[in-house]
Amino acid sequence: MSQFSSYVKTFALWELLKGLSVTLRQFFKKSVTLEYPEEKTPQSHRFRGLHALRRYPNGEERCIACKLCEAVCPALAITIESEVSDDGTRRTARYDIDLFKCIYCGFCEEACPVDAIVETRIHEYHMEKPGENIMTKDKLLAVGDKYDAMISADKAADAKYR
Amino acid sequence: MSDDIVNIEVDGKPVEGRRGQMVIEVTDHVGAYVPRFCYHEKLSIAANCRMCLVDIEGAPKPIPACAQPIAEGMKIFTKSPRAISAQKATMEFLLINHPLDCPICDQGGECELQDLAMGYGRDVSRYNDGKRVVKDKDIGPLVSTDMTRCIHCTRCVRFGDEVQGKPQLGTIERGENVKISTYVEENVDHELSANIIDLCPVGALNNKPYRYSARAWEMEQRATISPHDCVGSNLYAHVLRGTVKRIVPRDNESINETWISDRDRFSYEAIYSAERLQTPRLKENGEWRDIDWADALSLAAEVLSAADSDKTGIIASPNMTVEEAYLLSQLASHLGTNNLDHRIARRDTSNQDADPVYEGLGCSIEALESQGAILVAGSNIRNEAPIIAHRLRKASLQGAKVSFANASEYEYFFDVADYISGNGLVSLLAGIAVAAADGKDMHASVASICKDVTASDADKRIAASLADADDALLLLGNIAGRHAAYSAVRALAAVIGELTGAKVGSITEGANSAGASLAGLLPHRQAAGAARKEAGLDVAAMLEGELESIMLVNVEPDSDIHASSDAVRKLSEQKHVIALTSYISEGLLEAADLLLPIGTFAETSGTYVNVAGTWQSFSGVANPVGEARPCWKVLRVLGNLTDAEGFDFVSSEEILSTARESLSDTAAGYYDAASVVAKPNGADAPDQEIDTPLYSVDSMVRRAHALQQTLSAKRIADER
Repeated sequence: MSQFSSYVKTFALWELLKGLSVTLRQFFKKSVTLEYPEEKTPQSHRFRGLHALRRYPNGEERCIACKLCEAVCPALAITIESEVSDDGTRRTARYDIDLFKCIYCGFCEEACPVDAIVETRIHEYHMEKPGENIMTKDKLLAVGDKYDAMISADKAADAKYR
Repeated sequence: MSDDIVNIEVDGKPVEGRRGQMVIEVTDHVGAYVPRFCYHEKLSIAANCRMCLVDIEGAPKPIPACAQPIAEGMKIFTKSPRAISAQKATMEFLLINHPLDCPICDQGGECELQDLAMGYGRDVSRYNDGKRVVKDKDIGPLVSTDMTRCIHCTRCVRFGDEVQGKPQLGTIERGENVKISTYVEENVDHELSANIIDLCPVGALNNKPYRYSARAWEMEQRATISPHDCVGSNLYAHVLRGTVKRIVPRDNESINETWISDRDRFSYEAIYSAERLQTPRLKENGEWRDIDWADALSLAAEVLSAADSDKTGIIASPNMTVEEAYLLSQLASHLGTNNLDHRIARRDTSNQDADPVYEGLGCSIEALESQGAILVAGSNIRNEAPIIAHRLRKASLQGAKVSFANASEYEYFFDVADYISGNGLVSLLAGIAVAAADGKDMHASVASICKDVTASDADKRIAASLADADDALLLLGNIAGRHAAYSAVRALAAVIGELTGAKVGSITEGANSAGASLAGLLPHRQAAGAARKEAGLDVAAMLEGELESIMLVNVEPDSDIHASSDAVRKLSEQKHVIALTSYISEGLLEAADLLLPIGTFAETSGTYVNVAGTWQSFSGVANPVGEARPCWKVLRVLGNLTDAEGFDFVSSEEILSTARESLSDTAAGYYDAASVVAKPNGADAPDQEIDTPLYSVDSMVRRAHALQQTLSAKRIADER
């Protein structure tokens, strides 16, 4: 019996029709895909993307070179060298994050006692040359300066849960 | 003695203690940890932090374990709810005024307060009022202060009073206003003062040159040995990515206890001095240019092999490791020369055949404390060996009569029995020898010196103290060793030793005079003290003589050589001068024509033999600077290039084991009064004596930035 019905199904292109029925059903449903560069999915304010170093409103760097982020980083992606700055405070002479090593866990952000290192919502970035994967202190501060409004708003939104 | 044993109970377990012990000593001994801040086993008991409160059965209140002597049948509970709650309450009080700046505090990660706050602190402070702020003090270039962090344990104050003997810090005001202060603004400048950095349980006193440069947890701790004096203090180097960030003491009760001198602690800065020689350099027609190692080594080997064997000389510093000294003496014998010497500061080498195999202290460093009488002659001992000066102070506090005989007077912070000065060292010692002879015939070797000398009352008191004590010691220092009439000085010392029964010992130059002598880095001795058939030239003779090639190893002719005056000029008149050096100096640039960069003690492995005869090996702790290489590797290759036999070592351990085969069981010698003959000469004037300032002893110390900022170093610089 089963042999007979499979014989009929084969000649009636039954499997093909079954497959096309899925296509037909999806044709009348609402589309879920986005046209990416023009359209974007909503993001959480806790999204962990590209890193940034923040400043205080008066322009002073927040980072105090305590090296807690370096210590907590599970991927050993952060390298810091500290020094006494001209005004006698503790500052970084070098603050490098290797984006190839980074696993975007956000521990650095959590460890930071002064909210200096943050992971922004930026996730659209690329490197073209070897070495561009290293985010230096200057680059990190530039990201922080450029997206200061977004970072501050995200921090404010998250403040009540912390 | 059974009376001395006290039976007590700690946390329910029976424990035996000695009468007079404090509770905290017993609990530490059995491993029941009691938190503490002010208690330190090397300091007196203050009991002012109140952190070590424990519960003792029958006592109405918790009692501080550091100040409570044990008594028979005492039951101590270190972890009972009452003890814990008392400790937590103390912690809460301590944290009221302590700032929350751990992220920028250099003590963070190794802080006793931080560690104990994890166990005993509350999560949230209940204190809402204003916190105390204290102005920081400038107490010198070595120790940074953040006085708001101070918890007033007074360890630093007690260190000044009890260990230095020079109280420099104290407390002013009282109650909440109490402050650690120098009273009158001044620098903390004792040669051991930076030990307060290690003593401070919080971040109030910290290492100034190290400030903000690394974190405790990211550095590797590597053991090493101090290269600046004959004591061989045990050190740890804290290394971050191959760079030495700081030096801290390594406990060794028989040598440096838990202290190190400031010189040992801060000299590491010189490893990264701008004056480091980075690549081999060659002088051609008066112009210096960098060359690569292969060319430099073959050039050096060419010069060494081309020279007549008796026209080759080697002048090395007493800071060479045993391995380097052994290779140098092997290289010299391969080249067929006996002109090699490490006694760059010794002016009088006459009668050198009477030298002991190596000059020793006369007793162990620990045993200095138990001497009954000590005479220190020709020494500025606080400069020469701060740790030995500290032991002398301890001996004096235990009742020893410590006297000094020296041309100039130096300050000591204990009761000096007698200090004779003013005259030259020979006259001073002659007086003591005459007093010791007490009318008997003087030993023939010094009879002519002592002929018309009369003993003063002080001479008689010193001689009597040496004769009366069970254990007495006569120490000759570096000033004596550099004396123009050293043979007379040590003959007199030997005679005094024989007459009074005192042992005679020396404070030697550099870190490894003993090892260099043992390894045969001497013109008249082979390894282990065997006499050479024909004595070669000593340092002064080499400089005077017309040699074809001289190899300088770790020697700066402008500052290190006291054996001969005007060494730079004399060297520059020689045909070829090859210098193995870590640093560039004006003198070397003038005197040498080939510079080979060698590593400092931090970049090489090796062994030092200290003045008490202790062999201490260490390995390299830091990455080499520039193209500098360990000296033993350079010497090994020079041996290979000059076709020397047996230069196939691949590690310093291999050299050491080969060297030790011929050196085992060689003990330090004392002078034998019969064998030393004094040649009196007219050079015994006080102004002839050479004393090296505290922070000028060797090429590293001279380039350590922080040490050169100290008052004592600046004073020297101003005089120049």
